[in-house]
Amino acid sequence: MIALIGVVAYLTQINSSKERTIAVLDESGQLETVFENTEYTTYEIFKGISIETAKQQIKEEGQYGLLYIKQPTDSISVTGDIVFYSEETPSLTVITSLENKLEKKLQDITLERQGVDLEMIRASQINIDIAQESFSGKTTSKIDNVLKLAFGGIAGYLLFMFIIIYGNMIMRSVIEEKTSRIIEVIISSVKPIQLMMGKIIGTSLAGITQFVIWIVLGTIMLSMISAIFGIDLMKVQPEQQELVQQAMQSPDFESKVQLAVTAFQNLPIFNLIIAFIFFFIGGYLLYSSLYAAIGAAVDNETDTQQFMMPILMPLILAVYVGIFTVVEDPHGTVSTVFSFIPFTSPVVMLMRIPFGVPIWQQLLSLGLLIGTFMFTVWFAAKIYRVGILMYGKKPSYKELYKWLKY
Amino acid sequence: MSNLLEANSVSKSFGTFKALNEVSIAVPKGSIFGLLGPNGAGKTTLIRIINQITMPDTGNVTLDGESLQPEHIKDIGYLPEERGLYKSMKVGEQALYLAQLKGMSKSEAKSRLKYWFDKLDIGDWWNKKIQELSKGQAQKIQFIVTVLHRPKLLIFDEPFSGFDPINANLIKDEILQLRDEGATVIFSTHRMESVEELCDHIALIHRSNKILDGELTDIKRQFKTNTFEVGLQTDNIEEVANAIKSKYEVLPATFKNLNDDVKMNIKLNEQDTSNDLLSFLTSKAEVHHFVEVIPSVNDIFIQTIKNNN
Repeated sequence: MIALIGVVAYLTQINSSKERTIAVLDESGQLETVFENTEYTTYEIFKGISIETAKQQIKEEGQYGLLYIKQPTDSISVTGDIVFYSEETPSLTVITSLENKLEKKLQDITLERQGVDLEMIRASQINIDIAQESFSGKTTSKIDNVLKLAFGGIAGYLLFMFIIIYGNMIMRSVIEEKTSRIIEVIISSVKPIQLMMGKIIGTSLAGITQFVIWIVLGTIMLSMISAIFGIDLMKVQPEQQELVQQAMQSPDFESKVQLAVTAFQNLPIFNLIIAFIFFFIGGYLLYSSLYAAIGAAVDNETDTQQFMMPILMPLILAVYVGIFTVVEDPHGTVSTVFSFIPFTSPVVMLMRIPFGVPIWQQLLSLGLLIGTFMFTVWFAAKIYRVGILMYGKKPSYKELYKWLKY
Repeated sequence: MSNLLEANSVSKSFGTFKALNEVSIAVPKGSIFGLLGPNGAGKTTLIRIINQITMPDTGNVTLDGESLQPEHIKDIGYLPEERGLYKSMKVGEQALYLAQLKGMSKSEAKSRLKYWFDKLDIGDWWNKKIQELSKGQAQKIQFIVTVLHRPKLLIFDEPFSGFDPINANLIKDEILQLRDEGATVIFSTHRMESVEELCDHIALIHRSNKILDGELTDIKRQFKTNTFEVGLQTDNIEEVANAIKSKYEVLPATFKNLNDDVKMNIKLNEQDTSNDLLSFLTSKAEVHHFVEVIPSVNDIFIQTIKNNN
């Protein structure tokens, strides 16, 4: 998988690092100054030749394409139609970048023709950043919010992925023990609930180990690949690079970096880590015990669909609620309520926490979560105990309810 | 002889279905106890209760005089009818794992496994995966895993299914040897001939109730009909036959014999002894064959079930 990331990165690199020459035939004679050569793109300005000759020449030389700016058809416009000729369909980034350049220049020219002083306009452009400060005196900013969303989102999403991947793994291993009929041999040695909890805990530890290995190996492999192939993986596509450079040159860039740093410092890191651990464990146990119960109730994986829905729905709901309502208002009614409902609270609460959630809310939500997971583990253990020894037809919900009373 | 295992009025219901109704059995130490019954009678439920897989609703089970506790798991070896092993795990690894679940130390399990693998001549399977073995081969592993921790009580549910006659015999001999070494065996099967061969006690469960139990010889005595199978040689068959029929109840009989005999089953009259019958017969014809008909387990099984329907 890591090798795959390397390959994809390498291919993107090759794909974008191709140098290209774009010819420009500007009949308006106004726009030549726009085209400055960059690392990957060279502009060749044609003058005094017809479009037919230009096209012919481009084709023979095998250049990337020809930008044709027609003469204006009336006195108001600066140019006529603008056409890009090329052998193949040009890349979207190239076209977008050309459009941006031309638009800016044309705007300036038009404004000047109307007698507007460009310097005045530049001077009048004002960037406002509303300084945010909490009552306790912490200064925050918009970047703060973005960073908080990112942290919360990653934590919530990580939990979501973990539950789906390793929940399924637990389910499959229960089904495997049922279909290979080893289950009765095993449970004559250990209690069903021991087997179930062992499976859940074992799988999650294996899962965490796997995650850690991926991260460590991934970092090592990526740095090795970039060392061996001499690819700078951090390098973005040339056009994007230009944009980044522009942003960096803008005067308030440094203050923005400063803001980002303070924003990071403002994050309730300690709270986030502790909450992540508890909600992660709670949420994972809650769902994985249900997965184990499903595995015990059915004989093969095809039969699991019917029971998967009620599990996946709240999980997916949690992610969507997290993404949409928490962004909108992290302390709004919907996101607050969902951060208390045990089936959605791990994901939603993790997304809310970077925005600062009162400790009593966190504890209440955690308490509800623990209570519910004790109930689901009890419930799952009942189903599991009966289900693992049941073969044959797929049980209905009604039958599952009866199993609880055995 | 004291009892190793006693189940006292054990009942178990699943919803509205009563799987066991006040069933009591007593398994004497060192015996091979046949647990018989038609399909769905409740045998497996009883076995699962003994293994503490399910708990009885009422009644209790004692092992060696103590009521069942989790520690007893290591005293019981159970070969379920629905059995299997992890398919993609190696034979040795898996056997070690299952032995450790029964509370054996790793080194002890290893040396015991080596002993059994050598005994059944399967030493070279250690690193094979279960899915590479045939069904019968996997059954051998399963058998070893069941008996490895030297349990006091062995429970075999259809132990011979999947074995060829040679291996079935091998396993049968191992079971007998384990019994001789002091283990007690509960044996559940539908193969009546192996019950006949192995069991000294049986219990018959039918529709959740125990309808028969005791020592096999006692039960046979109880079921015998005082019928004798005889083969006679005589010149005037009809006369002899009529003479016998006038005095005794006669049924047709078939058995293999070298001579061209008159074959019949004769039921003894109540006041008569076998000697009376024999002297009566010798006075009429030459007796070549005279054997008491002993009811087979098969007959007992079918007859008892029919009477209870």
